[in-house]
Amino acid sequence: MIVNNEKDCILDIRNLHVWYRTYGGFAEVLDGVNLMVKKGEKVGLVGEAGCGKTTTMRSVLRILPENAVVPKGEILFHGQDILKMKSQEINKVRTQGISMIFQEPSAALNPVFTIGTQMFDVIRYSGSGKAKSKDEIKELAVKAIREVYIPDPERILKSYPGQLSGGMKQRVCIAMAIVTDRELLIADEPGTSLDVTIQDQVHRLLRGLVEKKGMSLIMITHSLGVAREMTDRIYVMYAGSIVETAETKVLFKDPMHPYTLGLLESVPRLTGGGMAEGIYGRIPNYLSPPQGCRFHPRCRLAAERCFEEKPPLMDVGEGHYVACFWVQGVI
Amino acid sequence: MNVRVQSKQGVPALSFSARVKSGVKKNWYKFSRNKLSVVGLIIVLLIVGAAVLAPVIAPYPHHAGKFVDYANAGTAPCAKYWFGTDNFGRDIFSRIIFAFRGALYMAVLVLAIAVPVGVFLGLIAGYYQGSFLDTVIMRVTDIFLSVPPLLLALAIAAVLKPNLTNAMIAVTVMWWPWYTRLVYGMATSLRNEYFVKSAELIGAGRLHILFREILPNCLSPIFTKMALDVGWVILIGASLSFVGLGEQPPTPALGQMVSDGTRYMPDLWWMTVFPSLAIAVTILGFNLMGDGIRDMMAKGEYDRE
Amino acid sequence: MSLCRRREWGGYMKLSSYVIKRLLYSIFVLVGLSIVIFVIARVVPGDPARLALGPRAPQFAVDALREEMHLDKSLPVQYFYWIKGVVTGNFGKSLVTKRNVMEDIAEFLPATLELVLMSALFVVVFSILFGALAARYKDSWVDSLIRVMAYTGVAVPSFVLAVIFLLLFGYIWPVIPVLGRLSAGIQPPPTITGLITVDSLLTGRMDVFFDAINHLILPALALAVGPLFQEARIVRSAMTENMGKDYLAAAVGFGIPDHVITGKYLLKPSLIPAVSVMGLDIASLMSNAFLVEVIFDWPGISRYGMEAMLRKDLNAISAVIIVFGLIFVVVNIIVDLIVAYLDPRIRLGGRSS
Repeated sequence: MIVNNEKDCILDIRNLHVWYRTYGGFAEVLDGVNLMVKKGEKVGLVGEAGCGKTTTMRSVLRILPENAVVPKGEILFHGQDILKMKSQEINKVRTQGISMIFQEPSAALNPVFTIGTQMFDVIRYSGSGKAKSKDEIKELAVKAIREVYIPDPERILKSYPGQLSGGMKQRVCIAMAIVTDRELLIADEPGTSLDVTIQDQVHRLLRGLVEKKGMSLIMITHSLGVAREMTDRIYVMYAGSIVETAETKVLFKDPMHPYTLGLLESVPRLTGGGMAEGIYGRIPNYLSPPQGCRFHPRCRLAAERCFEEKPPLMDVGEGHYVACFWVQGVI
Repeated sequence: MNVRVQSKQGVPALSFSARVKSGVKKNWYKFSRNKLSVVGLIIVLLIVGAAVLAPVIAPYPHHAGKFVDYANAGTAPCAKYWFGTDNFGRDIFSRIIFAFRGALYMAVLVLAIAVPVGVFLGLIAGYYQGSFLDTVIMRVTDIFLSVPPLLLALAIAAVLKPNLTNAMIAVTVMWWPWYTRLVYGMATSLRNEYFVKSAELIGAGRLHILFREILPNCLSPIFTKMALDVGWVILIGASLSFVGLGEQPPTPALGQMVSDGTRYMPDLWWMTVFPSLAIAVTILGFNLMGDGIRDMMAKGEYDRE
Repeated sequence: MSLCRRREWGGYMKLSSYVIKRLLYSIFVLVGLSIVIFVIARVVPGDPARLALGPRAPQFAVDALREEMHLDKSLPVQYFYWIKGVVTGNFGKSLVTKRNVMEDIAEFLPATLELVLMSALFVVVFSILFGALAARYKDSWVDSLIRVMAYTGVAVPSFVLAVIFLLLFGYIWPVIPVLGRLSAGIQPPPTITGLITVDSLLTGRMDVFFDAINHLILPALALAVGPLFQEARIVRSAMTENMGKDYLAAAVGFGIPDHVITGKYLLKPSLIPAVSVMGLDIASLMSNAFLVEVIFDWPGISRYGMEAMLRKDLNAISAVIIVFGLIFVVVNIIVDLIVAYLDPRIRLGGRSS
């Protein structure tokens, strides 16, 4: 368990469990996620597709699909549990505290309304709820669009999402998320669906904006490389729980969890030749997840204890936490 | 230290019978998740059973024809005649059971002709999209779809001699275009899929591509539509027989019984009410079952693992 | 800047060329329909002249009529003569009324239009209301109640409903009139549009207006119930499906209030599939009107057409079907335009939904 003794901690997710109801029973997707974000900190959440990154972040805004249940866990935002908030309180978090950029920009924009209509409503209901005049709203929208380096904001506001390119839509999504002040920005793999060059631009843009506005950032990504460039601290997630976290520099200097090691090995290198080593197998079936450490079926080091007991996340020094019996030396 | 060997996929392979069993279980789960689907299935089974076993089940099988018993004419529903008797003294319950026969016979025959024809035309037109064949087939389809279906069926049935066969012909003529359009839409997109392209590349025959590559991928919407359509064909059939363009008296038909009853309203109200209920329950049953089949065929969140 | 102007232009061009294409296509469909009707009315039944004159007419009279109807010519020539008449509104004489069929149509069509419009109004208003309620209170008793009503409503054919209404309100509980367009003793308003409700409003005759509305309610309801609930289910399922879309999760995540999300961001995209099948509903209304008008003794074109069908009045049958085909085509164009208005993806010529 990560010890929270920081005063400037904004978001603190503790032992979060999320299950989905399916025909075969409950899919136990999140299995005790622990994550903490400090003021102004840029945090990376890294893991392969389907490991529960998006589910974690959606539970923060309480926008999980209908068939999701949260059997256990807390999400503390400034010490208040989001999961227990009344609708008025959660609305305050949504309008003033946290905003989110979705993974797929074309899915995140309503196809039958113009960008302007959607953006104006976001502005209208954001912030403290003070009424804003039409001109004020428009001014803010234009400013936000300029901030994400799109020329001709007036035209963008009049366009429908279908008339914009993927990169434009991604920028519009970012503009909507930063158009009024928020403390924390959650970015769910922004730019994954775009060209690599545009992806890079989007990442730079995002980092610049977050630093300029002094926001905290949670960056969801499946790429350690992206996380290395963008973040101060990285959380490595596997099959619904955090397996390792450390400051970015520390993690790359001294990765410890077998899964993190595997992820690092699977990055193709320009030098050295040969194919990347990678990790065999795939994310487990959440309907009947492996007992004990969820990584053990794919772990080269799995031992008896790993089959039966889930390793806790333990401090190994320098704020470096690992959930592995080998690393903890208790095999 | 004990290292366990695992298959590469991390999931042990299932035996064939286990896969079938899990398939049946999954489908039944998806079908029965909505309890109303199960209710629909029960209604359908009861109606089909009653129709097939009509001579055995009906209390007065001979009332389903030329039979007159003026002494018992217009008896209200009672223990002897559950749904009462009509103006000729015939048992309405028995006549309804026999009327199910005609209704189901019509539904099955109409779909048995209209569906293969419609599907075949849709497949060809879709696969040869842009060709002359496509143009001809789809334009004809559009023309048939441009009139309200019941209207065209009424007109055709009216011009022909009124009987069950001609009613079936009329309904069949207006039913196939719906399947052509359904399959056309799917075939035009499937023909560009890689599995079709690769079948073409390795030189598979046209029939193989049409029936083994494209058709199997259209089946689930077709079956879903068929399940729902049984109810609609019965409805159209009842509408035709209501205006006298279906099965002719003394053979009972549901619509015809309702229409006969209206002449004896409100005194012999059971003559109208029970056949009306029979029509409603039949359509309800097939609709509920059809919805269940649609849920079962739908690929959705529950297929994700 | 120039780029964007062109883009907008492209949008308008696409919409207008879309409408023109749609119109041309409708004409084609109507021509095709006329061929189908020609086959049904002229070819299938055998000798139309004999049918028109009856079995006891002398042969020379039949032969004379055959010549007058061009039945002695080849089929394409016959079709040509027939379609020439159709285009100029000359469908020939009706066997039943002995008048020109077009006169009959002009007399009976407004009553049917009034009825169909009224039930279309019911369908639109209540389907959105019920569908939105069911989606909003998904899995609650409201949803269940609407679902039960939907299953029953869809399963009861309109002619059965009409008969039940007749039994209930005609005999058992006569609070509302069941037969005809107006009560006996009420003077109909002067004919302006032919729709009694509209005419009475135009002439300021409120008593007539309310009487006409009262007469409309039951037949319109009998027609509307089926399509209404079908639509309500489409609205509900589109809404619940769209509720799972990222863009709604995003809107919720931005803290946009519930009523704005439901009434705006959820409703508009969810109406598209409902409106798209509205054409089919109108078709269902129009064809069911054939039975319902007979039951409620509604002096409309459907009752007229039904009589024509039962008496094999071929000229009247063809005319009625052509008129209905024409109405249906117009309705579909209107429906397409509404869909294009709702869905910019269609309007701007992008990929369709």
